[in-house]
Amino acid sequence: MAFLCETPSPSRRALLLTGGAMVAWAYLPKFARAADGRDPRLIVIILRGALDGLSALAPVGDPDYARLHGDIALSLTGTNAALPLDSFFALNPSMPTFARLYKDGQALAVHAVATSYRERSHFDGQDVLESGYPGPGRVDSGWLNRAIANLPAGDKVRPVRGLGVGAVAPLVMRGHAPVLGWAPQNLPTAGDDLAARVLDLYKHRDPMLEQALREGLDTDKMATAGGLSGDMARSRGAMDQPAGMRQAAMGAAKLIVEDDGPRVAALEFDGWDTHANEGGATGQLANRLSGLDGAFDEFQKGLGDKWKDTAIVAITEFGRTARINGTVGTDHGTGTVAFLAGGAVKGGRMIADWPGLKDNQLYQNRDLAPTTDLRGVLKGLLADQFGLSAAVLGDKVFPESGAVKPMQGLIA
Amino acid sequence: MAADPQAALVALNRFGLGARPGDLAAAAADPRGFLAQEMAKPDVALIALTPDLAPTKTNLQAMFADQEQKRLQRLAAAQTQPPQDNKMASASPAPGAMQPPSNAAPANSASAQPKPDTPPANPTTMQMQAGAAAMTPPSAGAAPMMAPSSDAKPKPPEPPIEQKIFRAEALARFAQQIAADAGFAERMVAFWSNHFAVSVAKGQFVRVAAGSFEREAIRPYVFGRFADMLKAVEQHPTMLFYLDNQQSIGPNSKAGQSQHKGLNENLARETMELHTLGVGGGYSQADVTSLAAMITGWTFAGREGRIGEPGTFAFIPNWHEPGPKILLGKSYDQDGLAQGEAALSDLARHPSTATHIATKLARHFVADNPPPALVAKLAKAFHDSDGDLKIVSAALIEDDGAWKAPLTKIRNPSDFLIAAARALDYKASDPNPILGGLNALGMGLWQPPGPNGYPDVSEAWASPEAMKVRLDISWQIAQRVRDMGNPLSVLDTAAGLATSRETREAISRAETRQQALAILFMSPEFQRR
Repeated sequence: MAFLCETPSPSRRALLLTGGAMVAWAYLPKFARAADGRDPRLIVIILRGALDGLSALAPVGDPDYARLHGDIALSLTGTNAALPLDSFFALNPSMPTFARLYKDGQALAVHAVATSYRERSHFDGQDVLESGYPGPGRVDSGWLNRAIANLPAGDKVRPVRGLGVGAVAPLVMRGHAPVLGWAPQNLPTAGDDLAARVLDLYKHRDPMLEQALREGLDTDKMATAGGLSGDMARSRGAMDQPAGMRQAAMGAAKLIVEDDGPRVAALEFDGWDTHANEGGATGQLANRLSGLDGAFDEFQKGLGDKWKDTAIVAITEFGRTARINGTVGTDHGTGTVAFLAGGAVKGGRMIADWPGLKDNQLYQNRDLAPTTDLRGVLKGLLADQFGLSAAVLGDKVFPESGAVKPMQGLIA
Repeated sequence: MAADPQAALVALNRFGLGARPGDLAAAAADPRGFLAQEMAKPDVALIALTPDLAPTKTNLQAMFADQEQKRLQRLAAAQTQPPQDNKMASASPAPGAMQPPSNAAPANSASAQPKPDTPPANPTTMQMQAGAAAMTPPSAGAAPMMAPSSDAKPKPPEPPIEQKIFRAEALARFAQQIAADAGFAERMVAFWSNHFAVSVAKGQFVRVAAGSFEREAIRPYVFGRFADMLKAVEQHPTMLFYLDNQQSIGPNSKAGQSQHKGLNENLARETMELHTLGVGGGYSQADVTSLAAMITGWTFAGREGRIGEPGTFAFIPNWHEPGPKILLGKSYDQDGLAQGEAALSDLARHPSTATHIATKLARHFVADNPPPALVAKLAKAFHDSDGDLKIVSAALIEDDGAWKAPLTKIRNPSDFLIAAARALDYKASDPNPILGGLNALGMGLWQPPGPNGYPDVSEAWASPEAMKVRLDISWQIAQRVRDMGNPLSVLDTAAGLATSRETREAISRAETRQQALAILFMSPEFQRR
């Protein structure tokens, strides 16, 4: 476990290897599928905090949507005008790159999707999302790492095939297979959301500390002359800020594009827990979605001719309530959206077994009902990109998920 | 007695260094006994020598050699270039009985942190640290906005000798603090180390010897006699150098007469003002001058060892101001070294000293404005036991008021970072993360702004700027933790049943584990003690 901080040390390297014994990994698993000579790459972006799928990719054609999502509902016209993808779904206008890729047949979205987790704890939900186990409590390894570990052995090359972006690799990438680690910059300062939560706690428990911290934050903001939506300039590189998301993607692309670079990567973006003032076409959520969109853009730019073999999937632990709450935000829910983009993706379409948004159609009369198991989507990607068998996927990669069939045809 | 979660928290936070997994439960049954048990452990505060930890004399000898080598290099360089500046030829004076030992600090002695990219003093002395870098993953990624590259960087140059020693000493201190049972002994070490402050900002000398100073002059005595600590401190080369006594010469001594040199009052003044009597402790400028004269000749042996083993305390009779002297109305007629030692012994048992120490202890552990009754009680314990710090410490942890006083103190940066490490059950293998955190939070290790040490009141550490940095540091720590499990179990480790409902809710509602952990570190339960 690393602890903190930025004393420059001469031994710092941009990259580090973590994970299992090197000796056992003196070969590179076969990524290239001999059949068609492609050299596939898979990038997983974990969106932490539970993305509101109904605001990111709105079912504007559903008669109940506007009623439930109220002031922040997207529409085809007006102040919250969204980008129509088909006759039913419209994309948050902060995501022009994804809209363009969709039009070019290189992006798709799966809606009303969820993992097997049905409670509403971020921690447990993220554990299930990343570990690939059916329930919480297992955090020894992540499904992406186990996917690598179960690839057939290939040529003897340097033992680097997975990339984890961040100070610590995301759980989805942790496990026995050694992983390359890279952090886009020295850890950025705390962002507004954390500050707000701490201030709120102090307000109730410690007025003196509240005053001190508030003054410190205000001074800092004045000194750094603010940024987007009041975010501190110094924290722009944070993983809940568009600039930080772009930066992470840009750096990861530089590594992945190398001929001997990692073929599989995991990133994590924060800040999706929009309990208050979520915003619609603009505001807090739209701002973060523009960061995710920027990451798609950076990957396309940075991967060059490798883009055609690349699939990116952005997934979140669960969705949010269909009805907005008293603070014009949404609370923890269930069904949500997963974004897929990349030259290898058979895009230009929406995949959704739409459950409807009538009160009796909502999960627990509250959330978008999940109709697609996210594991099926992920299995489909792994099967088509890397040729992993349904048996291995159902047993080793996503344990006890034999009944969940890999989704066919996600890869062109 | 029923288990008392609040008292367990007080035991670990007010008196200790914070709870590790299981500590709160262990302390709850008998919180006072929990502390007393640690105190009773033999040599609880000592740190043993290891290949990386040497006695002060060894560290200073290494520094002397390093300085000599640099001097010779400069000379060699000067001979191969046209002389531009005669200062180059200022070879150190031949050290000897009539000369101050050579120990000039480098000109840039105020530089807080040696730059890691300092070129090695001499490549031929570089030891190959094969694989050292590969064994510990670097703590962070590339510099901001730097594109990642898969090229390994070239091997860094050997760090300066003072940096190597400083880091080893820092790591030993952190490891001991993190591994302590309750941390009461370590809190006492930190208290006394700050009471007898030295600062590495003074330059290479203190940087190589600050850690060993703490190990040699502070640690053996935290539960021993104050008079012994005082003597060990004032005769330690690090303190003699830090407060400029190594070249204080009696004007009427043989050396003073022949070289027209005189007193340096710095150490004498701080001995009374800071170390013993305290401001307003009843001494005058004449007393300062007198004590300074009494400790003339207190120095240490230099590189050539003419007055003793290099890097050890030495007394030079020829520098000592002759004759009897008056201090605080009492006459001291001893000769030589014994004179200053007698003065220290009396200062140690002076009533003002008892009050000064009692006030500082109570302020450190209990409240910025300490309860007068507690101060009186500790002063009496100090006085009655002739400065037995075991008895004074016991009086502190046996005081009901000290357990019941509201938790108003803010943890200082060092206690805060160590508590975070303990809550996470972190094993320090590299001192840099904690050193960096201390620097960012304004409490660089062994680097207080002056001989009065770091402040010990909450407002010094809970300023707006400091709280903002604390938030950033909390976030940075949280981002680096892997496999933390459920943040609520870390909360149970750190505050347990003493946690407020609001704090528990804020942590359980965080959107990520990292955010939850940062909120925990910022929570009043973690910040106040």
